[in-house]
Amino acid sequence: MTSSKIVAGIVAGLLAGGVIAAFAVAWRPAIPAIEPPAPQSFDANLVKRGRDLAAIGNCNDCHTVRGGKAFAGGLPVPTPFGAIYSSNITPDPETGIGRWSEAAFRRAMRSGVDRAGQHLYPTFPYDHFTNVTDEDDRALYAFLMTRQGVHAPARANELAFPLNQRFVVAGWKLLFLRRETYRVDSAQSTEWNRGAYLVEGLAHCGACHTPRNALGAERVSAPFSGGDVDKWHAYALDARSPSPLPWDTEALYRYLRHGWDAYHGIARGPMAEVVSNLSSVQESDVHAIAVYMTSVFGPPTQERLRKEDAAWARLKSLPAPSNSPGALIYAAACAPCHESSRPLPYGGVNLIWSTALSAPDPRNAANIIISGIQPVEGERSPIMPGFGSSMTDAQIAALLNYLRGRFGNQPGWSDVENTVRDARRMQTVFLKTQPGPHNAPGDPMQRDKP
Amino acid sequence: MMSLKVNGHDHQIDADGDTPLLYVLREELKLNAAKFGCGLGQCGACTVIVDGKAVLSCVTPLLLLEGRQVTTLEGLGNLDAPAPIQRAFMEEQAAQCGYCIAGMMMRAQALLQKNPKPTDEQIRAELQPNLCRCGTHMRILRAVHRAVRLMDSAALPSATTGSAR
Repeated sequence: MTSSKIVAGIVAGLLAGGVIAAFAVAWRPAIPAIEPPAPQSFDANLVKRGRDLAAIGNCNDCHTVRGGKAFAGGLPVPTPFGAIYSSNITPDPETGIGRWSEAAFRRAMRSGVDRAGQHLYPTFPYDHFTNVTDEDDRALYAFLMTRQGVHAPARANELAFPLNQRFVVAGWKLLFLRRETYRVDSAQSTEWNRGAYLVEGLAHCGACHTPRNALGAERVSAPFSGGDVDKWHAYALDARSPSPLPWDTEALYRYLRHGWDAYHGIARGPMAEVVSNLSSVQESDVHAIAVYMTSVFGPPTQERLRKEDAAWARLKSLPAPSNSPGALIYAAACAPCHESSRPLPYGGVNLIWSTALSAPDPRNAANIIISGIQPVEGERSPIMPGFGSSMTDAQIAALLNYLRGRFGNQPGWSDVENTVRDARRMQTVFLKTQPGPHNAPGDPMQRDKP
Repeated sequence: MMSLKVNGHDHQIDADGDTPLLYVLREELKLNAAKFGCGLGQCGACTVIVDGKAVLSCVTPLLLLEGRQVTTLEGLGNLDAPAPIQRAFMEEQAAQCGYCIAGMMMRAQALLQKNPKPTDEQIRAELQPNLCRCGTHMRILRAVHRAVRLMDSAALPSATTGSAR
């Protein structure tokens, strides 16, 4: 045997070993298909609990196309790597999860593997769902398996090679998937722990509010320090929060439960669906989320408190408006609502309290000026007409610069006009809130009443 | 004094910059097709076209409109020479009380200028901001589909002239 043959043998051996190792990492067995269980076979109370959990998990938001059939999937989720389409999670036997056993469902939630053994892309936030208990997975399974089955075949993802190869996801998991990261903290209250369980698990708040690294994984070193989603900025929810008034538990509760808070404004963009879902679940769970998130924000620093005082002071004595184009537009188009004395949600928030105007970039403010706030069907909800058709990019940019200077009390934004142009391009898809699964009573403050 | 271009004509308007376009159209220029509905930009009765896009004139202050082209229903056609969109709405008898109809036609016109072959779903989505309390939605939908056909046939040139003015 020549030495070259020996080298070739070693290389071949290493390659084979590598393939076997990669196979061991990537390969997952299929879980046998089952006969679709009859809806009646699920306990009604379990289904009801699953319904609330699905609302907390915001499942309908990604798994339903706007105006389409609930949970039938097909919504493109934009990622830096290409669009990934959500899957059909109705109990349709052919195109949904009708033949999935509870074990298969639990494996998908826990480790992002579908019934057939294929790795799921982490747009499905199993890095959070891995924290969901077996008991809650059972309830979610019962809820989904009792929905209307919809025949809706999966749409092909728009990913380039090698990301279109699902085994690549196994490598991603090896690097970034930490299983069961949530631990009970016995030093904290039961309510805090409930909130932590929901936030870190099913509610997957960090999926938007935590920045992601180059490979699309949440940066665990910077939890809740602000992220990006669908051309919106998801604000920092820690000490870096740009909100002029520090959040406290009650304000957070009101905002999450009712969709707005008088001193923080209105949930919109991707957050609108979240609060719509949270308006229909157990009050105590929303409060627990608020309690936990208050501790994530942490007690306001001296600097935060100074900023708050400054905001109150400006509220009392704003300088006289200038005659700049932005100031004139504000006075003519915005002030009639935003400086009316009508309370929220029917009047506009006083922009001194606007988080968008104190945010690191003008994306959210630009989005809202362009598209406004659509009314939620079947509810009395906050409204704002969009000005995208009546204002030019230059006018919106002038307005944004003025608002930032007058109300933001922060250094000016750069590149405002480009942001406006981008915002105009993406304006449609994610702005329309859809009616929630519930029939909310007319007065949004009375959603809790039967 | 400010110059405002409406239906192809320049007008010198003596009004403050924060005056809503709707007031100027109705009170100064006596163009009464656009209606005052809610005054909050929520019902669509005041819809006109600005540079090809449907705009709610009750929440559009005059100062935004320097150098831009405003088109009202009067600019599309009149009783003697109705534009395709107007003919279509008449032929389908789409008006009940008629208060929303001018706004409906303007938003539909803006849609058809941008997308001459909209699907039923696209028409519904586009007209969604415009409210009709009489419930003639099905006729309105039929009228927009009819307008598509009218514009597609010989009527196309007159539709473009109307909007370009």
